[in-house]
Amino acid sequence: MELQHVNVKIFVDGDLSIDPAQFINVFHSWTAEQSCEELLIDVADYRHVPAGPGVVLVGLQADYAMDDAEHRWGLLYNRKAAAEGSNADRLIQAFRAAAKACERLEAELPGLTFSRQEFQIFVNDRALAPNRPETLAACQTDLTTFLESLLGHGEATITAESDPRRRFGVLVHTQRPFDLAALAGAAT
Amino acid sequence: MKASNGLWKDLLDGQISAQHAEEIDTFETEIELRQQDKVDEKVFAETRLRRGTYGQRYDNGQRHDGSQSQTLAFADKQTKGPHTAWDAPGMQRIKIPYGGVNARQLDVMAELAEEYSDGIVHITTRQDFQLHFIHIEDTPSLMRRLAAVGITTREACGNSVRNICGCPFAGVCPDEAFDVTPYADALTQFLLGHPDAQNFGRKFKPSFSGCAQHACGLAAMHDMGLIAETREIDGQLQRGFRLVVGGGLGAVPRQAKLFDEFLPPEELLPIAQAIARVFGRHGEKKMRSRARMKFLIEKWGMEKFTAEVREERAGLKEDPRWTEYLPGVDQDCESAKRPPGELPEDTTGDQRYAHWLKTNLREQRQPGYVTVTVALPLGDLTADQTRSLADIVREFTNDTVRTTVEQNFVIRWVSKADVPALYAALDKVGLSEPGASNILDIVTCPGTDTCKLGISSSRGLAGELRTRLAEKSFQMDQAIQDLHIKVSGCFNSCGQHHVADIGFYGVSRTFQGYKVPHFQVVLGGQWEENGGSYGLPIVAIPSKRVPDALDRITGMYLTKRDKDERFVSFVKRIGKGAIREALDDLTSDAPTPEQDPNFYSDWADPRQYSLGDIGKGECAGEVVSQYEFEMAGAERMVFGAQLQLEGGNPDQAGKDAYDAMLRAAKALVLMQYDDVTSDPEEIVEEFKERYYDTEIFFDPFAGPKFADYFFATHEQAGTPFTADSAHHTIEEAQLFIEAVHSCYNKLRSEPATT
Repeated sequence: MELQHVNVKIFVDGDLSIDPAQFINVFHSWTAEQSCEELLIDVADYRHVPAGPGVVLVGLQADYAMDDAEHRWGLLYNRKAAAEGSNADRLIQAFRAAAKACERLEAELPGLTFSRQEFQIFVNDRALAPNRPETLAACQTDLTTFLESLLGHGEATITAESDPRRRFGVLVHTQRPFDLAALAGAAT
Repeated sequence: MKASNGLWKDLLDGQISAQHAEEIDTFETEIELRQQDKVDEKVFAETRLRRGTYGQRYDNGQRHDGSQSQTLAFADKQTKGPHTAWDAPGMQRIKIPYGGVNARQLDVMAELAEEYSDGIVHITTRQDFQLHFIHIEDTPSLMRRLAAVGITTREACGNSVRNICGCPFAGVCPDEAFDVTPYADALTQFLLGHPDAQNFGRKFKPSFSGCAQHACGLAAMHDMGLIAETREIDGQLQRGFRLVVGGGLGAVPRQAKLFDEFLPPEELLPIAQAIARVFGRHGEKKMRSRARMKFLIEKWGMEKFTAEVREERAGLKEDPRWTEYLPGVDQDCESAKRPPGELPEDTTGDQRYAHWLKTNLREQRQPGYVTVTVALPLGDLTADQTRSLADIVREFTNDTVRTTVEQNFVIRWVSKADVPALYAALDKVGLSEPGASNILDIVTCPGTDTCKLGISSSRGLAGELRTRLAEKSFQMDQAIQDLHIKVSGCFNSCGQHHVADIGFYGVSRTFQGYKVPHFQVVLGGQWEENGGSYGLPIVAIPSKRVPDALDRITGMYLTKRDKDERFVSFVKRIGKGAIREALDDLTSDAPTPEQDPNFYSDWADPRQYSLGDIGKGECAGEVVSQYEFEMAGAERMVFGAQLQLEGGNPDQAGKDAYDAMLRAAKALVLMQYDDVTSDPEEIVEEFKERYYDTEIFFDPFAGPKFADYFFATHEQAGTPFTADSAHHTIEEAQLFIEAVHSCYNKLRSEPATT
């Protein structure tokens, strides 16, 4: 099974303590500087929609968003372009991009802190990865490889998304807090 | 681009009609041919537009970051249209005839929004769905997934018959003559892909209303507006349609004119076909700005247009489709899932619920049932909300939900007994906003967020106004709550600002050498009676001061209105001059960029709105002041023209509007030639030679359109103005003045040459 269009959402630690309007300014500055690996195109503001995409930095190969889906703020990396390599490579690429963005946001917006124990991975393509048990079984090895390379053996537990209408994905919870900066680097 | 694009065709095999499947295959081939440069870019652009695949802001690869224009490094590939990068994200419009949608279709919309777009489903002012930031190569898969649930994007854009709008309360409204749904459906099926509807110079928009008094179908602003009526003929109650034609908003709004007082249903399809043939054959093709049906009618007059269509109708070959649907129209299209009931007494003490009951519920003509409006902020909902809405629709109804021209959903056939449970279900997923169809329910086009033509941030302004109004919505006087606000990002009126009580459209002005986003305040429009009258702009206000302007206007209305006086009557009685006077100070005393940089940026966008690096040459300094002086005069004159029209002097109004155009043109000429006199012939000649023949004045999208208004008015000088023609000339003068501002800004932005 080929896992493309991997999404990673690293949740904000606790409640969001800053005004989400600040994400608009930061994302505009990233666009002006073209400071991500992807071509950055525009910023979309959806703060008016409850439990929605929040503020989206629209790119060509990927979007970055400060996303409030299910009323849980977090940095969402949405890989849009197909990526090279193995499934584990693509999972690592998406996690690394999300982790790097979190680091930058923490540095640029004092008061903002991301969780070091919980994140979400999902595949934004129902044809490649329909949300059913067979998909989880088919990519279990890739997920395990990815998580162990990132966190170490036995450090993470995963909970699969149970609603078959939603995208295939897992919620990852780690036994101990991880070092976001180190992981962003180590994952390269 | 999705890695799964090759899979959907097989996955959906057998679920798509043969015709839809073939059309999408053909479109996919056209995409491949364009990639190989075997199709001309203009041809491909029109091809994709007719599939609803639209361009989006920044798709020319240029983006201003607040201090400079940056090139977006899209890969060097074939274009998907003139100046349109292949990889640039675009918008997909999805036609929803008369707004009718079912739960399964909502589920698919949610999936598409997540997988191809940014997770948001947007409803337009013509009941379509729109998804943004879509890659062109993903569109065939997206279309296949839509086709599998019976939705086509064919002719959603381009020079074609657009989505056929219809009253979302059709079939359940107590005030309608009859249910227009089956007729709207029949016309949709008949005109879709019809050979007689493929050769237009511009789009063709039909709409159905079930009654004359409400606004739900906005028939008066459509190319073909159909209003249901019944008459007793020979002792029998007969159905028919009051048919009006040639309406439209856009830069030059026109009210539709009466074609037939009572068109029998069996003539609906053939007359539509005849209109399409006449419009296709005789409508303007070269000059895009004059190519809508309204201009053909203006050129010919209604008498000739009607005669031509009647003659065309008489010559049409009989088509069984014209009438074969008619025996089925009396069967109810929709029915209830649950038994009728009584609305339980509200004992919750929940102020929000009480407000929602008051504003979002409407009695059906069927006892025991209500419609429930799901009010969407800025017409947006998330993919999760869309799925939840599908579940709610399944639980409480037989798939009876429609989109509206106010960018909302209406759930129909809700048993009154279910209302508390339905509210709870909507509330759980953030869809229980009160204030449907009132001042909180602001309609807006995408504006600068995604539209290539946007001048100011309509969604940013609407969001800001909404937030401020929501804070005091429970305390607002009913007269204020009942107002309609509509916002467009430019003069093209996709936000329908002409038919609002208070409309706004985006313009720009220059203060101290910097551009400042502004909105024209449009007053005098009427929402009721299918958009019964159009407002006119009275003054341009800096964007960041628009909330203050709104406070003042509503404050005046509250304190100075006569008992039960409607807003449109209030504006007429008190006069636009008085309202403008109350806003005048908001247009001056601008802070410097150092004092308040926020003033020089748009809502929810920190970028400096102006080009920022505009320099002031010493010589240009004098010319600039002369320019500003002349333009201030031109703006005064065009406003004076409105007052003349209001005072019942249409001839003077038209003359003043023409003089305003002359003065604005002279302002530009003065930048190059300071000996120009006030002789109209000389101004026109100099303007033409310096700005028209050189194409300096041309708008990047509208081309010579605004200059053409000026020349046409000049040619007609001396002909007495009627109320109608004066109204049009004022509109055109206003647009010409805006174009002069744009041209001036463009010239000032260009680097100085020696």
